[in-house]
Parts: sequence; C-alpha cells; structure tokens
Amino acid sequence: MAALTPSQTIGPFLHIEVPYEGEARLVEPNHPGAIRLLGMVTDGEGEPVDDALVEIWQANAAGRYAHPEDDREDVPLEDGFTGFGRCATDSEGRFEFLTVKPGPVPGPGDRPQAPHIDVSVFARGLLNRLVTRIYFPDESEANAEDAVLSLIEDEAARQTLIAQLEDGALRFDIRLQGDGETTFFVI
Amino acid sequence: MASELTRNGRVIGYRRDDLEINPPYLYPDYVSTQTRAPKRPLVPMPHTLSEVTGPVYGHERIGDLDHDLTRHHDDEPIGERIIVHGRLLDGDGRPVRNSLIEIWQANAGGRYRHHGDQHPSPLDPNFSGGGRTMTDDDGHYEFITIKPGAYPWQNNPNAWRSRHIHFSLFGPAFATRLVTQMFFPGDPLFFQDPIFNSVRDPKARERMICSYDHGRTVEEWALGYRYDIVLRGREATPMED
Repeated sequence: MAALTPSQTIGPFLHIEVPYEGEARLVEPNHPGAIRLLGMVTDGEGEPVDDALVEIWQANAAGRYAHPEDDREDVPLEDGFTGFGRCATDSEGRFEFLTVKPGPVPGPGDRPQAPHIDVSVFARGLLNRLVTRIYFPDESEANAEDAVLSLIEDEAARQTLIAQLEDGALRFDIRLQGDGETTFFVI
Repeated sequence: MASELTRNGRVIGYRRDDLEINPPYLYPDYVSTQTRAPKRPLVPMPHTLSEVTGPVYGHERIGDLDHDLTRHHDDEPIGERIIVHGRLLDGDGRPVRNSLIEIWQANAGGRYRHHGDQHPSPLDPNFSGGGRTMTDDDGHYEFITIKPGAYPWQNNPNAWRSRHIHFSLFGPAFATRLVTQMFFPGDPLFFQDPIFNSVRDPKARERMICSYDHGRTVEEWALGYRYDIVLRGREATPMED
C-alpha cells in the first residue's frame, strides 16, 4: 500500500487558478427546473468568509450521476449536465449556483436517499475540506427516512442541512463554527 | 467493473486512512483555524453512490500550454525555471488516470498575482502563477514553472511561509478530493511554518516535500523535481471480469 499525501489549506489565493469561468452554472437559465442555490459562509465570529471555495456534486433531475460507476441505464443521463459546480465566495461571503433539484439516488440497503447535493468547503484556515449535504425543504417524508440525515441525532443539527425556500431561490448558509454551526461529515 | 462496485445499492467505499495523517481542523498556531474550525464533532458517514462518484473533467478544459506557466505571456518570467513532475496514485499504488491536477503559486519574489497579496515584492508581468493538466494513462503529470519565493504573512511576528506550490486533485470520486501544498527539500523555514507543521506525523510531512530529480533536469535549461501524490484507495479490490 502507498502512503497517502496529507491535506493542506487552500489558502487565500485560490482565485489565481480556480474556479473556471461558468463553473457556478450547472444549467442554462432557461433550463426547465433551473433553481438558484445560494447562501453565505460565515466564521465563528459571524463574519463573512470572503475567501472560501464551495463545491457541489449532485445527480441530475432524474437521479443519475454523470460518472462511470453510476451505470443504471434505466435512469437517463442528460446531455451537458456534469453535476459538478464550483463557486468562490464574494466579499460578503456569498456564493450562488444555478442548478436543478436532483432526483433520488440509491442509498444503503438499496433504499432511495432523499434528494441531496454533496458539498465541499475549502478556505484559508481550513486545513482539510469540510463536507456537508444540502437537503430540500419540500421533501420532509423522504428526509425523515434518509439514512445519512438519520445519523444526526440532534434535531437542530439536522435542520442545518435543510435548505430554505427564499424568494424563489434555495438558501443554504454555511456556518463554520459557533451558533447554528452547520453539521459536517467525516467521509 | 462499475456494477461490481455499486450493485444492488451496495457500494464499495474508499479507505479513510488519511484521517490518521491529515492535520486537525483546530491548530491554534495557525491563527485562522481558531475562528474557522468547527466546534461540534463531525458525523462519520458511510460512502454511498453520491461519494463514490465525482466530477469528471475532460481534456476539453485543458489548453496545450496550460501546464507550462513560463509560456502564458509574451516573455519569460524571472526566476529559477523548474520542471515539477510525478505520478498521481491511489492508496494501492495504482495510477489515477486522466485526472485533473491544478496548481497555483507565488512568483520568484514570493508575490501572488492577487489583490489580497500586499507583500512589497514586485509582480512579474510575465507570470500569472496558475496551471492545470491531466494525468496520462500511467498517472504521470508534468508542469514547467519557476521556483516560488518565500513570503511573509501576518500569522505571528516575523512569520514566513516556506516555498510551496498549491495542488488541487480530484481522483475518481467525491471521496478522493484533495487540496494540498508541495514544498521544496531543505527549506530553512519549515521549523516556523504552522501550516506545514499542522501535519503532525513527520513521515507524512515529508511526503509533502518534492525531491530533486537530476534525471529530469534538462541541461542548460531547467532543474527537475519529482512529486508523487497518493490519494485514497478503495476498501476492497474489485474483481476484474
């Protein structure tokens, strides 16, 4: 076995290389079902984190990942939809994606997972990435059954992973530390 | 092979042995961690289809000169020209093929081309400091660049960052994503660099340091450095059909 390379912080100057133009837009604005997914990253003092990189990874609207290991041919792929997005936060800590709500995908025991989006957060001061998930406010039944959400015992902590509908957009704030701290996973 | 890995919703995950060598979230000597490290325990989660899949970049996002940071402008940058090359491997030593690698760095004077960098060292009009490439079928990659300078930062009095190049790796899955930094051998600044020292295992720290590679050094042109990067391996080796 080969010994692994450790993680280091992304630092404050990631913008020299990433993200690329257009990476926050997973679909075109006229795509049926296009939704704005937006939020703010804040630190333990409630200050906006203006040098974070937020990455999202998700299935398409039908619930299929654009990846060779998702070979369920009965679920359609969608031309041009990669399922991956990146957005650097702005001077007020805000990020915004244009995407679609993913369909359900299989989970442990072959039971479907509630629709969700995997999220990575990188920033100065984060020596490792932080991983969380975005769930949807109109899926309370599926959310209640979801194997990953159910790992979180505390109800308030679980609620930090449910996005809120706000002015037609989905809002998902990421609080790195302190009051209302977002629940993060070890994956 | 894919169906072997995900059949009937049963997913073969990735090994998490990096958790033993990765830095802690809270490392007080690196001051920025104090307000950014989560205080609540992280929740361990099984890998599902969502984590064993991940972004697939194609070659269409890569230009012919993207790996050569010395040729992004009309003239050549100032500094010591270097070739940084190596292999991207998984935890079982197998090549990670056709995988995106991104880098960014300071110029030879230790200055980033970034509005947030106010270090009073000159910008180089011929150096932007960002590059990208894809690994080949053997997991090999190569960049041509200049050796970045050391630079001061505000973490503590007279603090200087060791010379480094930022690396961003994807690997095959969401679970294999890695962002790290590559350091240079024999840097006298290691002892006081809390980012470097946040990796507590000395052997793991050494794996962030490239090695001088005389075999890749090109006569009268550039010094060679070798840097292999190892991402997580799979929990069980899938059966080949």
